[in-house]
Amino acid sequence: RRLSKMATVIQKSWRGYLRRKHFREVVERAYFIKKLNFYNQMAVRIQKTWRGYCVRKYIHDFYALKKYLKAVSVNNELVRSELQEYAEMKEKEDKMKDLEKKEKENKYRARKMHYLLSTEQIAGIYNSPFRKSPDPMELLLRKSKPLTHRKQQVKSPFACELYDWPTCKKPPTFVTELPLLPTDRQKPQGPFRDPAEVLWQRYKPLEPTLRVAESSNSPLAKAREESRREEWRSPVHDNKFLPFSSYRKNDEKHEPLLRRSGKYGQEAYGTKHFREVYPEKWIADKDFETLFSSIVLFEKFGKTYSSTGQIV
Amino acid sequence: NSGVVCLLRPLLLDVVPSIRQTTALALGRLADYDVDLAEAVVKAGILPQLICALPEENRYYKKTAAFVLRAVAKHSPQLAQAIVQCGALEMLVICLEDFDPGVKEGASWAFGYIARHNPELSQAVVDAGAVPLLVLCIQEPEIALKRIAASTLSDISKHSPELAQTVVDAGAIAHLAQMILNPDAKLKRQVLSALSQIAKHSVDLAELVVEAEIFPVVLTCLKDSDEFVKKNGATLIREIAKHTPELSQFIVNSGGVAAVIDCIGSCRGTVRLPGIMTLGYVAAHSENLSMAVIVSKGIPPLCVCLIEEHEDHIKAAAAWALGQIGRHTAEHARHVAVANVLPTLLDIYVDTRSSEDLKMKASIFKALKNILQKCTYLPALEPLLHEAPPNIMKHIIGQFSKVLPHDSKARRLFVTTGGLKKVQEIKAEPGSLLQEYINTINNCYPEEIVR
Repeated sequence: RRLSKMATVIQKSWRGYLRRKHFREVVERAYFIKKLNFYNQMAVRIQKTWRGYCVRKYIHDFYALKKYLKAVSVNNELVRSELQEYAEMKEKEDKMKDLEKKEKENKYRARKMHYLLSTEQIAGIYNSPFRKSPDPMELLLRKSKPLTHRKQQVKSPFACELYDWPTCKKPPTFVTELPLLPTDRQKPQGPFRDPAEVLWQRYKPLEPTLRVAESSNSPLAKAREESRREEWRSPVHDNKFLPFSSYRKNDEKHEPLLRRSGKYGQEAYGTKHFREVYPEKWIADKDFETLFSSIVLFEKFGKTYSSTGQIV
Repeated sequence: NSGVVCLLRPLLLDVVPSIRQTTALALGRLADYDVDLAEAVVKAGILPQLICALPEENRYYKKTAAFVLRAVAKHSPQLAQAIVQCGALEMLVICLEDFDPGVKEGASWAFGYIARHNPELSQAVVDAGAVPLLVLCIQEPEIALKRIAASTLSDISKHSPELAQTVVDAGAIAHLAQMILNPDAKLKRQVLSALSQIAKHSVDLAELVVEAEIFPVVLTCLKDSDEFVKKNGATLIREIAKHTPELSQFIVNSGGVAAVIDCIGSCRGTVRLPGIMTLGYVAAHSENLSMAVIVSKGIPPLCVCLIEEHEDHIKAAAAWALGQIGRHTAEHARHVAVANVLPTLLDIYVDTRSSEDLKMKASIFKALKNILQKCTYLPALEPLLHEAPPNIMKHIIGQFSKVLPHDSKARRLFVTTGGLKKVQEIKAEPGSLLQEYINTINNCYPEEIVR
């Protein structure tokens, strides 16, 4: 019994020792794990703040988004205004085109109905005596030339469509001859020639000289050419034919310029004075006096208006 | 019908050329008028005789022959197939190489009608080598020829990406892009439709079209006086925008969204549809783009469309676009709700319950759901409580139950406007989501008010 008690004591102390060792290890491990958890939590806290900052600054940048949206709206305004301008320009162009077409039509109509113009005796339908001023159609009629029957060509609308006003696709027209002058023109007011004379001048037939009229290919011309060459090759005498000696007599008399013909170069006459002065020929001793009658208006210069409040 | 075709047939081989030509003209007009006559012309075997000696004929005959082919081909794919089978394509290519612009116009018109029907015929046209010649035709000065060539290219490229790639490889995009500036309205229509058919197939093609520097010139087309030019321009922008967020971003950056919105505001009817879809596609890609659409004042025109338009598909498209705008965050949904759109949407949804248009109902329902799931703007949700059908009511109550526990002022408002009373009147099965939401709401209030 005592032995078992001793064995129990030994086992007890040994178990205690073992357990204490084990316990220390357990405590150390637990402590280590606690420390690790704590560090992890702190690390997570740091990472959390960093992630928030990073995302807010770079990935989902709120202020950049706001700036971008503002830029987009500004750009939109610009685009809208430009498009509005473009639309207005096109509308204006269309209106201009319509106006021009209408005007052309009106003018054509006025030319066709030129007979409706009012004469001095009979007032035309557009010039009613009850009106204060003539109708605009009347004015158009006065301005337009009457339409001759020859000019009845109407342009087909298909051609109008192809050669459109804004695309400017008319085919090029080349000038082949000068326009004919109308034969019944009135002499326009001013320093102009008589129309009959002008017509005579314009339609004067060509009268070429004999030399021009001859063709250079005719056998006569060729024969002449032949004889000229012959002449050049073997002339009769070598001296050139000189004119008579008195031919240039008048040319050789040289009249000097007035400018240089003074005694010592330029004469004062013509520039400095224009009148010849011979005092020994004068009757009296004195020269002429220049007497200038004053102009009344010029006397009043500077004197009609008050200067510094004084009335003169 | 009374044997006319058989009578005309021997005249085609007459010695005198003007007789041949007049016969061909007569055949063309007959075939143009009616399908049966065209079939009769084909069955009588006239086509091989028509085109047998085509290269040696004069230009009037070539023009008339092209007219006959086009008149026959326009009715149905089978007739077009018959034309292809008798070897007309090579002859038409020879016509395309001719100098006279009228002949070229007739030949390209015939090609256009043939290629319109299905991809195989388009492939046959491409195999005959017509595309480079068509691109040359586009550069000619005559406007009618340009128009027809552009419409033919559009018909060829609309079927498949490979065909569109063939057209692009022939260098068509640069010339088409230049012609957008032309003042002729019909030409612009065709050019824009051709570009949109090219761009719609894939991202690369769309990027190629964008690289041709069409922006911002295309935006001026959206302000044109012709309705179809506006429609085709909006279609082009839609095809470009729908592929990737980057392309949509590019469109927004160049001010395209503003132009499209103005275009929607100024048109009426089907012309608006591509513009509405453009806005929907742009907003669908990301929330920044959707915000950009909102900032460019995109929501009011869409509401106006919803109210004004009578056509169902336009209303459905407008509802879809609004759903795409509002589905991203609470902010977007708030903008949509503030514009007083939700009652209109609900009205349309409730109205069309009686009609059988399921697709439209479904699209409006999805749009409503998307917006409501993010909407925290309670004053806009209140009026919906009174009229909503059960499946929408679920979402509305859900939103209330999310917001009310946190906001006391909203709670007070909710009670005073009679919302709480309405909530009590709703009968829901216990255990369902709706019951949970109702319980959450009831828990926010003290007991005596609930009773």
